[in-house]
Amino acid sequence: MKKFISAFLSILVLTGSTLLFESCGKSQPSAPPNSEVGLVFDVGGRGDKSFNDQAYRGLMMAKDSLGIKYQYIEPGGGSDRESALRQLANQKSIGLIFGVGFIFTDDINQVARAFPDKKFACIDYTYDSTKAVPKNVIPIEFRENEGSFLVGAIAGMMTKTNMVGFIGGMESPLIRKFQVGYQAGVKYVNPKCKVLVAYAGVTGDAFKNPAKGKELALAQYSQGADIIFHAAGVTGLGVFDAAREMKKYAIGVDMDQWNEAPGYVLTSMVKKGDVAVYDIIKEWKEGKFDGGRPRVFGLKDNGVDFVYDKENKPLIPEKVYKKVEQLREDIIERKINVPND
Amino acid sequence: MISQIFSLAFLAQTIRITVPYSLASLGGVYSERGGVVNIALEGIILNGAFCATVGTYYTGSPWFGLLCGIAGGLLVAAIHAAISIHVKADQIISGIALNLFAVGITKFVLEILFQSSSNSPRIAGLPYIKLGFIKDQPDVAHLLGNPLVLLTVLIVVASHFIIFKTRFGLRLRSVGENPEAADTVGINVTSYRYYGVLISGVLAGLAGAWLAFDQHSFTDGMSAGRGYIALAAMIVGKWNPLGAAAACLLFGFAESLQIQLQGGTLPTQFIQMIPYLATIVVLAGFIGKSVAPGADGIPYEKEK
Repeated sequence: MKKFISAFLSILVLTGSTLLFESCGKSQPSAPPNSEVGLVFDVGGRGDKSFNDQAYRGLMMAKDSLGIKYQYIEPGGGSDRESALRQLANQKSIGLIFGVGFIFTDDINQVARAFPDKKFACIDYTYDSTKAVPKNVIPIEFRENEGSFLVGAIAGMMTKTNMVGFIGGMESPLIRKFQVGYQAGVKYVNPKCKVLVAYAGVTGDAFKNPAKGKELALAQYSQGADIIFHAAGVTGLGVFDAAREMKKYAIGVDMDQWNEAPGYVLTSMVKKGDVAVYDIIKEWKEGKFDGGRPRVFGLKDNGVDFVYDKENKPLIPEKVYKKVEQLREDIIERKINVPND
Repeated sequence: MISQIFSLAFLAQTIRITVPYSLASLGGVYSERGGVVNIALEGIILNGAFCATVGTYYTGSPWFGLLCGIAGGLLVAAIHAAISIHVKADQIISGIALNLFAVGITKFVLEILFQSSSNSPRIAGLPYIKLGFIKDQPDVAHLLGNPLVLLTVLIVVASHFIIFKTRFGLRLRSVGENPEAADTVGINVTSYRYYGVLISGVLAGLAGAWLAFDQHSFTDGMSAGRGYIALAAMIVGKWNPLGAAAACLLFGFAESLQIQLQGGTLPTQFIQMIPYLATIVVLAGFIGKSVAPGADGIPYEKEK
């Protein structure tokens, strides 16, 4: 009996931990070498209705219009990232591998050096000009501060309480770019407006804690903020829930997040991860992969934007919209310099 | 800063955080008073949240979802009970195995049902009793009108009564304290240990359902260590329902403080430490000796 039980327990543990690390293969075993794309998702995972889903959309676009085959992995715990990259790089059929999220920066450099004949791209790579980037890696950077500046300007013009909020996921240089741009935007149009700032945590898990996001948002709303911008991945879903409950506004991030709380989502700061993923797959397929230096997507390149469509149009006055469009021009023409730190 | 702490919103937040801790912690009390260590609380909460979400999503009825959440918790607890009591395996290992298993299986089924291994679609929350006198603070009104909050308070008080003033409680404590003696006077040790663990499944499952309804969805790993905090609260509360609930309130207060103090002058990293600091200070300084039930964690072998 004892033996039976220990066998049963080991099976429980084993299945538990393998399920943690599931890989979703969509390829034939006999696919030609270097013909497929691999992608490893960030902490939030697919279905975060934000950053990861955006990357997934790019993958789908590539599948539909370029006929690309792909495999992806959703790592379960924090330490699985590098092994997930290696797992994909070890397959002959895969030629290009994406890491979604700045957390991949160091992992991707290491794995890229170990697999010099494979190509890599990392969304939100933390670029450091003093450190060399391997030739087979494309660091993808977005000017989130520029997009955040515009939604900050909307919040600054539309607040009735002269107080708005920002909720970040993991406190890190990347999320600070959102915060700093947003604050600059708010202050540019409304110097008297106060900006409350909160972060969900200091580790990657801070991006997947909606309960915390909700509590942080409720705290800011009850302190008097009437619009909150989040840059917190899945944690941000809690912010929308708080907005619904308090009947206040929230601003989405990465994708158009209107559907998370229709009527309470003022706008969303869109980061076009899908465009970046698609563009790089296309160039790679055409043999024009150009690695070793960062690729930057800002307002000018249409890499970041804010949502203004038939759904949220009634929420944003014409006057506000015109002013924001003016600010967009000013940023592109460098009349306004948006800080990023 | 002071006015922030003594506000209704702060109180509401503290209670919201405390409810799931208390339910799970009480579950721990029942299980361990009967002599079975229940590390599996974490997995029970997670499975409870998952089943509550799925039940609500497919039937549209949060009440049915609540029952599913309880059933989900009960299921994990039943496995833990069978492994620990029936076949007398190591209770810690069984608990850890079940926690890992719960993380994996919920993600796996989530992916099958909703094509995402991280989130479920939005579900309805429990209906709340409308309180006319709080108009301008919907979060406070929702909380005070939430039937689960009232239920939790009732469960805390009732548990104290059940464990210390009823025949059932006496027998449960006796099988956890000295099963040989209990057996000699004709108490069925096995059944009482099962009762303790199964009650913990119901309560921690309820804690999971609370999380799911509060967030209106299921997120993978959403129990986020609450089961372990509940266990800590149980120890701080000396395996006593009122004590455990009070410890949970303290943890809830510290966590709420951590949320409210953000954006001030103190650096985030420091503020994030508050709940943990509070735990250490309380454990080291104020509690005194906390003694576990005599036979806690030891399988009972009947003498032949």
